[in-house]
Amino acid sequence: MNGTAESTKTTTYRDAIRAAIRDALTRDERVFLMGEDVGHYGGCFAVSMGLLDEFGAERIRDTPLSESGFVGAGIGAAMGGMRPIVEVMTVNFSLLALDQIVNNAATLRHMSGGQFGVPIVIRMATGGGKQVAAQHSHSLEGWYAHIPGIKVLAPATLEDARGMLWTALEDPDPVLIFEHVLLYNMEGTLPPDAGPVDISRAAIRRPGKDVSLITYGGMLAKTMAAAEALSAEGIDAEVIDLRTLRPLDIETVLDSVTRTRRAVIIDEGWRSGSLSAEISARIMEQAFYDLDAPVSRVCSAEVPLPYPAHLEQAALPQTDDIVTAVRELFGENV
Amino acid sequence: MTEHDTKPHLTRDHLLELLRKMLLIRHFEEKCAELYSAQKIHGFLHLYIGEEAVAVGCMEALEEEDAVVATYREHGQALARGISPGAVMAEMYGKQEGCSGGRGGSMHIFDAETRFYGGNAIVGGGLPLAVGLALADKMQGRDRVTACFFGDGAVAEGEFHESLNLAALWDLPVLFICENNLYAMGTSLTLTESETDIHLKAASYGMESSQIDGMDVVAVEAAAREAVNAMRGGAGPHFLECRTYRFRAHSMFDAQLYRDKAEVEQWREKGPVVRFTNWLHASGNLHNGDLDAIEAEVAAEIDAAVEFAEAGTWEAPAQLTRGVYAEATTP
Repeated sequence: MNGTAESTKTTTYRDAIRAAIRDALTRDERVFLMGEDVGHYGGCFAVSMGLLDEFGAERIRDTPLSESGFVGAGIGAAMGGMRPIVEVMTVNFSLLALDQIVNNAATLRHMSGGQFGVPIVIRMATGGGKQVAAQHSHSLEGWYAHIPGIKVLAPATLEDARGMLWTALEDPDPVLIFEHVLLYNMEGTLPPDAGPVDISRAAIRRPGKDVSLITYGGMLAKTMAAAEALSAEGIDAEVIDLRTLRPLDIETVLDSVTRTRRAVIIDEGWRSGSLSAEISARIMEQAFYDLDAPVSRVCSAEVPLPYPAHLEQAALPQTDDIVTAVRELFGENV
Repeated sequence: MTEHDTKPHLTRDHLLELLRKMLLIRHFEEKCAELYSAQKIHGFLHLYIGEEAVAVGCMEALEEEDAVVATYREHGQALARGISPGAVMAEMYGKQEGCSGGRGGSMHIFDAETRFYGGNAIVGGGLPLAVGLALADKMQGRDRVTACFFGDGAVAEGEFHESLNLAALWDLPVLFICENNLYAMGTSLTLTESETDIHLKAASYGMESSQIDGMDVVAVEAAAREAVNAMRGGAGPHFLECRTYRFRAHSMFDAQLYRDKAEVEQWREKGPVVRFTNWLHASGNLHNGDLDAIEAEVAAEIDAAVEFAEAGTWEAPAQLTRGVYAEATTP
């Protein structure tokens, strides 16, 4: 090329994940991708487009519609020395594989007294907002974060989309990676040599001093937008991207809350029994005396996600909801 | 390259060894029932009594490097595979000297040395694991077989169908062994399956499938050897439906309201140990004193296993959250 080195290039979240998969397949012959429509179709969300031609049908393996069967096979293959990336098309279909994930992947190391581990990575699309209605719009990563024995990640940035996969593949334990459906087209820049990132720490995406906005995945963008809107009103919000939902980097959250003394958690899951409830409980347990206001939560309404846009958007957390929640913390009438 | 026997060598030594293994399992299970009543063993206990020929016959066909996936009724498979009775007993006591560190109990016998992947308590849950283990072997160019034991109950689960389809589709070296003891817990096969000839279901997925008299240890061994040898030659998955029967209840909580005592008696009369012993006598393979010697040996082994378990130690509760991840991880 030319003499000037490109320090970054414009790419998308989708392309970053594809690059991560390609990188993993190239680095380690034990890695293979398995799931519905990952090969000939090019991936439901086009993540694996072109990989079948590049790596062949053994390593880009189309499966029948057998979530339990192929997730379980991924677990067995991981125990047998491979490093599978199992793609479950969406978290909605993962319910068919819940037994394999909860009763096998999460338990085998413990039940076997440490003799067998399951180094599997399971990627799933998650979230709503595309008017695909109740059975295709779940955000269940919070459910999975409930289970000891697995790790749960939610990449919200291009850097994390590119970098979390390799670290997850190197992990000797099962790692679930949740990719929000609305992020695949997200554009940004990445250095061409972007590589693995850690999967154990939350990240402060916007430092601030007045309130801690705690979120992950698909809600990061709206939370950042809320922070922008609030700064125009003189409220300086700190935005924390959790990045890993299990284990939770509660230290970063507590450090933030002890400084800002106010917290709002933004979670696309339904409010009841959500991950936000867990985080709220921990803040209450460990930083109660540092709070100037109760911990607030912005979550999806208690309804299966409806089809028409106006109702779907009313059900999902919005930037305005976050702004309103913050204002209420400062005793403002809204 | 190992030469794999295509047929069982019916030498006297081999036959007596088959008998010894079945008696070891039989008496081990009887001892477990005693110990359960004495509250040394807790939780669920599923005895293999009556089904010994299936585990013993099938294990004869496997090599050390092959893998085994089994169910919660897996003590027979564990012992036949060569896991020490002491390690299994200690596991059932919950002692940390148990094969799963005492963390699993009766339903979760695991042993890395013998490639014994459980001990799976969800009916049907082990079949996809077996598919995956075989997939890993095939992708890594290893000539190994994965034997997967499950009962007639598992045939109703979706995972049975998904797993057989995957194994046949991808030509994987899985030996599916269905121990058809005619009851899924307390419900007869006739009440749960529209097609009760289980081996026909497997055949419909495009794999070699046969039905075996699971009470005949020699027949089981012969069928297993034939299947495994074909698989080592690259012939793809095989299915053995072994018709058998459990003489005891499903578990220690089962009052057996769902079957006649007369039916159980009929099966006992043609049980694997009785039939084999009679045949050994009739064929002149069992000499005076042979049976006594085997019984004494087995009794001693089991006593030693109980002693080992009794002498075992309890894991410190301070270590409770260990072993969940490879490295200590706080939630």
